[in-house]
Amino acid sequence: MNRLNLSLLSALALAFPLSLLAGRVWIDPFHPVLPNAALILAELRLPRACLAVIIGAGLGVAGAVMQGFLRNPLADPGLFGIAPSAALGAVLSLWLGALGHPLGGWALPTFALVGAGGAMALLGLIAGRGGSVALFTLAGMMIASLSGALMSLAISLAPSPFALSEIVTWLMGALVDRGWDDVLIAAPLTALGLAALWMTRPALDALALGELAARSLGVNPRVLTGWIIAGVGLTVGASVAAAGIIGFVGLMVPHFVRPFTDRLPSSLLLPSALAGALLLLVADAVCRLVPLASGELRLGIALSLIGAPFFCALLLRLRRELA
Amino acid sequence: MSAGLTAEGLTVIGRCHDVSTALAAGQLIAICGPNGAGKSSLLAALAGLIAADSGTARLDGAPLASLAARERARTIGYLPQSGEVAWNLEVEALVALGRLPWGGSRRDPAVAGAIAAMELESLRHRPVGTLSGGERARTLLARVLAGAPRWILADEPLASLDLGHAAEVMRLLAAQAAVGRGVVVVVHDLAMAMNHADRVLVLDSGTVVADGPPDVALAEDVLARVWQVEAQWLGAPGARALGLISAATPPAR
Repeated sequence: MNRLNLSLLSALALAFPLSLLAGRVWIDPFHPVLPNAALILAELRLPRACLAVIIGAGLGVAGAVMQGFLRNPLADPGLFGIAPSAALGAVLSLWLGALGHPLGGWALPTFALVGAGGAMALLGLIAGRGGSVALFTLAGMMIASLSGALMSLAISLAPSPFALSEIVTWLMGALVDRGWDDVLIAAPLTALGLAALWMTRPALDALALGELAARSLGVNPRVLTGWIIAGVGLTVGASVAAAGIIGFVGLMVPHFVRPFTDRLPSSLLLPSALAGALLLLVADAVCRLVPLASGELRLGIALSLIGAPFFCALLLRLRRELA
Repeated sequence: MSAGLTAEGLTVIGRCHDVSTALAAGQLIAICGPNGAGKSSLLAALAGLIAADSGTARLDGAPLASLAARERARTIGYLPQSGEVAWNLEVEALVALGRLPWGGSRRDPAVAGAIAAMELESLRHRPVGTLSGGERARTLLARVLAGAPRWILADEPLASLDLGHAAEVMRLLAAQAAVGRGVVVVVHDLAMAMNHADRVLVLDSGTVVADGPPDVALAEDVLARVWQVEAQWLGAPGARALGLISAATPPAR
């Protein structure tokens, strides 16, 4: 393991226990006088921290793979329309929730995963045969657009103000009140997705030379797009199912680690997983500490507040480089 | 079973038509022709990268389409025209990409060998974005060499190179042919083809209109017929230059 990965792993190992202590109620590990400390740790903060690590790792790697696949530093997992489609599924579950349905607490993640699966299938159907990166991206943008429009329609036709409020709050993305059930959903799906994305490393490196050169190096575009649809679909779908839309992680994280690597896309995957986990863990702990009258700062909003200026700075830097 | 790279009635609709030729290893073979003649398409079809609408490309008698992608990649090194390199990779990391079909890494001795062959030792840790055109061309060629392919197919490797760097790249390619590799290059600079190639294929409107030693395939009457120019070869063999006497307006293609 190289120095970068070791440093990130050490930081994660340090941040994880510290994040468990931080919150509206601080827990002092040396003087545990708080009566419910064990309960808070085991049922609230530990699953939440685990989710932050799982989702952060998944989104970080998905972002690194997307940037490598599209050879574009501005790419983000959201480009493929999987996150909006998963969100559409979740919104439909909340919409139906007001009318009542039998799936209970599993309904929302199930609907979100069905949405992600639908987007993956559609992507595969439209773009999978040719394996062209441009066609794949355009198909993703079309799916994202369609899902966004359907989501707006669902919101505008919300059956009650309560359902509307639930939908809007959920769309902001957060790890509040998430438990072990959510970890059980996100962990295996993210692990499968990460395994699929790990398979793309040599092909992503070859793509640095362009599509034709990559094919001359033995890359099969159809197989590559298959792994990417599966990997991004599972990681992003699991993330949206468990926590709602959390943007900018996949965009920012590869940029944080790239200067410390040889810049090959394959070299970014492990550090992006570790840095993504660290970013989400720290951001979630900070969200818990921000004093807001209405509760706590939503994680999705916090990351957008950091991510949007980062994206803008990135654009300005690219503009200078291209000038 | 015929050795070498062969095309049998190779047709890619709208690009090249019914091309049949047999290319032997150990030679530097130039493919020349006007813009839009189908040179790049023929090269890509010979590399097995685009499917022919009819006809077959074969490697040592076996259809290229029947080869596994990895096997094909190990045998044929292809240098695309674009010369695209994303992420501003370091020279060594870029050259090491040539080992991907072999599952190798940048520590592979073949990478150091290719860097040495292209005289890039002092540049191995330089980002590609900081290289001159000639250094970049040598780096891209080193990437192909690192894969130790039996065939090198290069699409316009001289594009955007000045005279000195272009001659250097042709010299390096000729050296690869001299050690037994098959080298096929698409070139626009007819003087480079005349002075460095062992054999020239001239394509016009997708078909082979001349094929043979450079002084035959690029004879002045061929230049007049294909490029619509009245030109004369000047100088001694091996150091020839093309003197343009008059140029007619090329016909619309």
